[in-house]
Amino acid sequence: MASGIDSIMVDSQAISSSLRARLALTLISGAAVLALLLYFAVRNYAVQVAQEGQDSILTASVTSILDAASIRNDVVEVDIPYAAFSMLSTPADDRVFYAIYQDGALLSGYQDLEFYGETGKAIQSNLLRGATVRQVSASRIFIGTDRRTEIQIVLAQTQDAMAETLDRISRNAALIGGGFFVLAVALSFWATSVAMGPLNKLTSSITRRGPQDLSPFKKPVPQEMAPLVNSLNSLMGRLDHSLSQSEDFIAEAAHRVRTPLATVRSYAEATLQRVDKEENREAMRSMIRAIDESSRAAGQLLDHAMITFRADHLERQEIDLVDLVQDLVLRMNPIADMKDLSLVVHGDPVVAYAGDPILLQNAIRNLIDNAMRYGPPDSTIEITLTAALKVQISVRDHGPGFPDPEIKTLTTRFQRGKNAEGSIGSGLGLTIVQDVAAAHGGEIELANLSEGGACVTISL
Amino acid sequence: MRYYFALILIVLGHATLAQEWEDRRSFNEAAEGRPLRIISSTDTDLFAQIIETFVAQNPTVSIEYLVTGTTAVDKRMRARPAAFDIAISSAMDLQLKLVNDGFALPLKGVSHPPWAQWRHSLYAFTSEPAAIVVNRSAFADLPIPQSRQELIEALRARPGVFRGKVGTYDVRASGLGYLFATQDARASETFWRLMEVMGALDARLYCCSGEMIDDLTNGKIVMAYNVLSSYAAARVESQDALEIIYPSDFPTTMMRTAFVSKDTQAPDIAGNFMRHLIALQSSSADGKPSLPALKLRETGIGRATIALEPALMTFLDSLKRARFLSEWEDALIQN
Repeated sequence: MASGIDSIMVDSQAISSSLRARLALTLISGAAVLALLLYFAVRNYAVQVAQEGQDSILTASVTSILDAASIRNDVVEVDIPYAAFSMLSTPADDRVFYAIYQDGALLSGYQDLEFYGETGKAIQSNLLRGATVRQVSASRIFIGTDRRTEIQIVLAQTQDAMAETLDRISRNAALIGGGFFVLAVALSFWATSVAMGPLNKLTSSITRRGPQDLSPFKKPVPQEMAPLVNSLNSLMGRLDHSLSQSEDFIAEAAHRVRTPLATVRSYAEATLQRVDKEENREAMRSMIRAIDESSRAAGQLLDHAMITFRADHLERQEIDLVDLVQDLVLRMNPIADMKDLSLVVHGDPVVAYAGDPILLQNAIRNLIDNAMRYGPPDSTIEITLTAALKVQISVRDHGPGFPDPEIKTLTTRFQRGKNAEGSIGSGLGLTIVQDVAAAHGGEIELANLSEGGACVTISL
Repeated sequence: MRYYFALILIVLGHATLAQEWEDRRSFNEAAEGRPLRIISSTDTDLFAQIIETFVAQNPTVSIEYLVTGTTAVDKRMRARPAAFDIAISSAMDLQLKLVNDGFALPLKGVSHPPWAQWRHSLYAFTSEPAAIVVNRSAFADLPIPQSRQELIEALRARPGVFRGKVGTYDVRASGLGYLFATQDARASETFWRLMEVMGALDARLYCCSGEMIDDLTNGKIVMAYNVLSSYAAARVESQDALEIIYPSDFPTTMMRTAFVSKDTQAPDIAGNFMRHLIALQSSSADGKPSLPALKLRETGIGRATIALEPALMTFLDSLKRARFLSEWEDALIQN
């Protein structure tokens, strides 16, 4: 259960999309829409203003012509002021057309220009001689002695200058819109990184946490991130809870399995003493061996589970490895004596190291255990401790050594050597040793010595 | 009056039918193909140099140069725009109205000051002030008038000397005369007083500058008002008796203009000719041009140049024209 924690947080998290990209994209598309709106708004406004300008000049011109009209002896005279056309000069030399009607009959000017201003003044765009013109119609009523007559004037002007102005304004509007867009894009990136800042902070603060730190995240976070942090905190709480539960379970299981097995074994031993029949004794011995095997296997399984758990929550403390090994040798000596083996500790007098003493002790015990299993009677098992370049613990025996082709695979779980038939073991021993070494950032090395025997070295 | 107009119409109609020209000359006839037809109000002698330099550079082009009056240039262009490739006239108002009415082809890539062109179609290529030309003999020991006002006083002082011996354009027949008269009238009332004085002296009316100068040189008249100085200058060199006066009160300067017909069949050649014409007339380095060059507005003696603007169309309005002509006739034709 605990072994899964690290692998969940592995780098290859499936990524659906980037919040930053999504935020930036949203802001940028918003800016693009706004820039376009700005462009069209400016342009439309410019069209309106330019058109109003042209209209007012045309209207002034028409008005000045109408003002110059007079009636004398019942004859209408229209004396176009020079300024009326002069004011229509434009940088683009726009063409000018006009028509003067009296009660609908053409007096002078261009007859293809129609009068539209039936209801006073009228301004409109029209197509005349292949060009778009702006045309203003206006009329004035004259009262003669015995009749009334209406003078109608139509004045039209092409829109080249206006088109040029509009082109210029459009270009400027496009520049303004483009500039606005570029600025908005820069701002979007800035805003995005500012908005993403707390998230990055949270990420790095969680990444920096120690392996055992499952305490809730308490620093203030932005409102939007509060639900995520809450969920995270509650997940960590549950994880913490179930981790301590599984720790309890391991201790409980170790106790529950080992104690009955020991009881069964002592009964079996007692029974063996009382049984005389050779075949029954043999059966009892087999039974005791099987019990030993189970007990050892259960022990190693629980060791391994415990090691896995502890390795994930490595607690280092300053220890002297020599002390630790001496202590271990002292406790294992009786077993060694039973097998006529002697345990010898060599090396530096003090090897100080910061590590988990329970794990290290477990690993070294497994190594010694292995060595005692394979070592021939009356041989020595040498345990060497050095702290020269790096802390190294090596255990060597004088047994048959590792079978060469298997030397690489022996550290995987439940893998036993070919020559292990007949001896008790679960195949977890070297796996435990390797897990402990790895948890301390070290490694193990298996080697066969030329003068015979196997040597396992833990480098920390 | 009605007969008079009828007569003019008949004469004009006849002239149009017969395609009678004041002058007609072909340049580089050897070149094959359709000649570039230029209809112009400028005398061939004054314009020949420009055409000759062009055909010298473009030996494959032949040019037919047709000379007629300013009014006729306008009428013929309106009647048959496809018959001519380039129209040249000194009547700026008629030319501008032709362009306004869509008879011109805009040219691309011709750089010309904005005041000297209109719609990239109508290009001015000379600056020619209107002048008063007098025969010094008529002023013997008296000071020669330098302005219209002085001229009026001089004419009034000695009607005996000037009666029947003053001349000006017949603005009814000459487009350029009409342009000068309307611009003068616009500038000052002095114009009308001068016309009245000249009318009282039985002024002679002319269709063209050339004839006025002819009569000045042969002594038929001693003062001509609103003569084209370019024509006068050409003659005055040989006639010490004549003096050209640029009136100091308000001068009137005309720009000769040209445009390519929208129905031209040789737009490229016509365009090239226009460029040649403009380049030639704009460069001051040229030795001795037969036509006065286009003067930059800000330089020189500051003569007011008639602006190329839609306002030129004002006096072409039929109502306005009729009114102006009737006032002019009232002033000038008193008998």
